[in-house]
Amino acid sequence: MLGKDLLGLRRLGVEEITEILDTAAHFRAVSERRIKKVPTLRGRTVVTLFFENSTRTRMSFDLAAKRLSADTLGFSASTSSTKKGETLMDTARNIDAMKPDAIIIRHPCSGAPHMLARAFPWTVINAGDGINEHPSQALLDMLTMRDHLGDLAGRTVAIVGDVYHSRVARSNIFGLRKLGASVVLAGPGTMCRPELEQLGVRVRHRIDDVLEEADVVMMLRIQRERLEPGAMSTAREYSRFYGLDLARLRQARPGILVMHPGPINRGVELSPEVADGSQSVIMEQVTNGVAVRMALLYLLLGGDPLPAGADHAVA
Amino acid sequence: MEAWRAMTARDLDRTVRRLADEITERLGDADDFVLIGIVTGGAHLAQRLADAVARTEGHRPQVGTLDITLYRDDLYTGLEKPTLGVSSIPFELAGRHVVLVDDVLFTGRTVRAALDELMDFGRPARVQLAVLVDRGHRELPIAADFVGRTLGTGKLDRVMVSLREDGSDHDGVQIMRFEAPDSPDAGAH
Repeated sequence: MLGKDLLGLRRLGVEEITEILDTAAHFRAVSERRIKKVPTLRGRTVVTLFFENSTRTRMSFDLAAKRLSADTLGFSASTSSTKKGETLMDTARNIDAMKPDAIIIRHPCSGAPHMLARAFPWTVINAGDGINEHPSQALLDMLTMRDHLGDLAGRTVAIVGDVYHSRVARSNIFGLRKLGASVVLAGPGTMCRPELEQLGVRVRHRIDDVLEEADVVMMLRIQRERLEPGAMSTAREYSRFYGLDLARLRQARPGILVMHPGPINRGVELSPEVADGSQSVIMEQVTNGVAVRMALLYLLLGGDPLPAGADHAVA
Repeated sequence: MEAWRAMTARDLDRTVRRLADEITERLGDADDFVLIGIVTGGAHLAQRLADAVARTEGHRPQVGTLDITLYRDDLYTGLEKPTLGVSSIPFELAGRHVVLVDDVLFTGRTVRAALDELMDFGRPARVQLAVLVDRGHRELPIAADFVGRTLGTGKLDRVMVSLREDGSDHDGVQIMRFEAPDSPDAGAH
């Protein structure tokens, strides 16, 4: 069973990951109904606390909470008191005083969610911390892979691009390895450093080396905001060596799934024909994102254990 | 604690047939109503009722399922999160006559949750309730329209419906008694 928080996949067990994915598969049905809402989290308050820009993840969490009938409120650094010099702890103390039940936080510093989780009684869900983890993204990626491939044990997933600065890649590496998949990386030496092999993955450099063996290829966005000067020459050169276009896709294993966590830089890491092509499951990832986040909120926002006898399920 | 069999497989079979007859007697042809079973026992019973209707009427009513987990009022009090099941109503509900099916009617809270969920799927013309066993101890103003058997039970007793569809090796209803029933005569049927 999950504990109070979801900070990353690094410390999660196989049972917990499987429980989240199985639960998420059920929640997909709720979004298919005419009334896309169930009363499960009525009266609970979920705060999204984002210190970095995000559209998809924030909307996805917001929608997930609303479809479970929780009340949501958003806090973004660009429009908030952080601009006026407030520290993270002070912001959190103020939010705490308003009695929230869960905080979903994205922060440029790795470990920021962990600090809040230790200091406060409410549930903390990490929606991306620095270059550390982005667990809900990896979970929705794994759910999408499982939809197409079934059991992921023995499968090979290639992650291409700026793996070093990617919290999406890190969470996927932890999660996929626990489910028995093997992970192979490709990217320029500045972004795909050899020390990443300590995470139990293989590091290659040429994209063509990984495409022929992979069941799934996950293309990452170049995170210009995190790259140090000189780590990359031009987008055009990057695209030529590491971008996925139709010609490269033809060299890949037939039926390979093309994934991307978004937002896509069209023409850089993915050509438009591949991004919109028949092997792309990028929009399924987005749909699964809402289901995974509903599952997380459902599983984490449990109440206090009470003695048996309150159970009417026995009928 | 004592345990005994309240219904054998044959009792259960006869009761399902009688319930199916009562439903068609009061509601008409299989086209005139739909059966929606509450997961898991009620869902299996809804299928059995539909089969029984098909045998006598030559036509099978449509069947749906409701998993009420997300509509429960005790989600935060349980020791463990209940496993989610499937709610599937693959037909238009608006204007239909719904027979909600459950195995055991007890506090009425499950039925309350099921009614809430049903309304989120559409606006049926009418909803009635069919249960295999009514064991009393209602906590909400809810009553069944079709009752298989009324059993007098103590509030702490457990009523267990075994169905082959759930992996049981036999059909039947068993009571595990932890206290004397409220009204000893309530069990007579």
